[in-house]
Amino acid sequence: MSLWRDFNAGIVRENPVLRLMIGLCPVLAVSNNALNALGMSVAVAFVLTCSNLVVAAIRKIVPDEIRIPIFIIVISTFVTISDYVMHAYFPEIHKALGVFVPLIVVNCIILGRAEAFAYRNPVLNAVLDGLGMSLGFGLALVSIGVVREVLGAGSIFGLQLFNPAVAATVMVLPPGAFITIGFLMAGLNKLENKVR
Amino acid sequence: MELFGIFFAAFLINNILLIRFIALCSFFGVSTKINTSIGMSLAVIFVMTISSAVSWMVYHFILGPFHLEFLRTAAFILTIAALVQLEELYMKKMIPALYQAMGIYLPLITTNCAILAVAFLAIDYRFNFLQAMVYSLGVSSGYSLAIILFSYIRERMALAPIPKWFQGYPIAFITAALMSLAFLGFANMFGL
Repeated sequence: MSLWRDFNAGIVRENPVLRLMIGLCPVLAVSNNALNALGMSVAVAFVLTCSNLVVAAIRKIVPDEIRIPIFIIVISTFVTISDYVMHAYFPEIHKALGVFVPLIVVNCIILGRAEAFAYRNPVLNAVLDGLGMSLGFGLALVSIGVVREVLGAGSIFGLQLFNPAVAATVMVLPPGAFITIGFLMAGLNKLENKVR
Repeated sequence: MELFGIFFAAFLINNILLIRFIALCSFFGVSTKINTSIGMSLAVIFVMTISSAVSWMVYHFILGPFHLEFLRTAAFILTIAALVQLEELYMKKMIPALYQAMGIYLPLITTNCAILAVAFLAIDYRFNFLQAMVYSLGVSSGYSLAIILFSYIRERMALAPIPKWFQGYPIAFITAALMSLAFLGFANMFGL
């Protein structure tokens, strides 16, 4: 039961992007189409789950005073792995994501979960927490990506839906990201108020 | 002329906050008051210039010759974290007035992704040392411009009648969208 709670916390209740407002930079930057958003979500999911696993496994032998540098080393190892794997197998997406792949290392979600959860819980709970959090992150990221791609380019995952000439190009440009997330949050505020 | 182009490309056209979307946490986090955003800007200009100089040297004189380029992520973040600590200690002892002004923002900067991003981008663009310096100066000035302008708007916004669901973060994002639209007007003025 508690395992299930750890897993689903990140999806809605503590959704990292929409609730906790952390890890925003990649959400806005790579959500200009659904495919990039998906690529970023997978990379973050890999790094977050693996680093939670390792941090939880070594939590008893890590001295308290230097835990943050150790977490950062663990995280940057997995970031480097995902950077190189992506470069080798998905060069197109790697190029589109650009500097945001190495920047996963300073994504507050990952260090935040290592410190707040994985360092204090057993391995299995930590892995589930990582999966749940990355699912929540991915859901927010991909839904923003889908909205922007449909409105801005008239397509979804590269599949043309309607004539791009009538689409609002501004939605795939940087301002579109701010507009989308602003309206999404206002909508969530309204929903939350209704539920209460 | 080329250096001038690099500076303006980093300063306005590819503005790190509004066009590139790097370091947004601090953009929304500390921009509620003008004073805090000025303090943060000063700290960013100071740390970014020094850390991009050091990380450029680390990459070209240590990682490059030993073919350890794949370690750059780990190497840069450790360099920056150590450097911020050193700068904090040094400033506390030597320039206490400046430390008072930007003291609390210094530790925050370790997690400011703009610092790390500039270190990576200077390598990706294959800049030489002088170009990297001009670039980091341009990026940090662009950061300051955007965050200070934004904090002026937010102070005014506190008094404005805003629809209920949009109060707080949503309206801040919409404001940022309009600012970003304005910065988009500079696009294609210079290359990079």
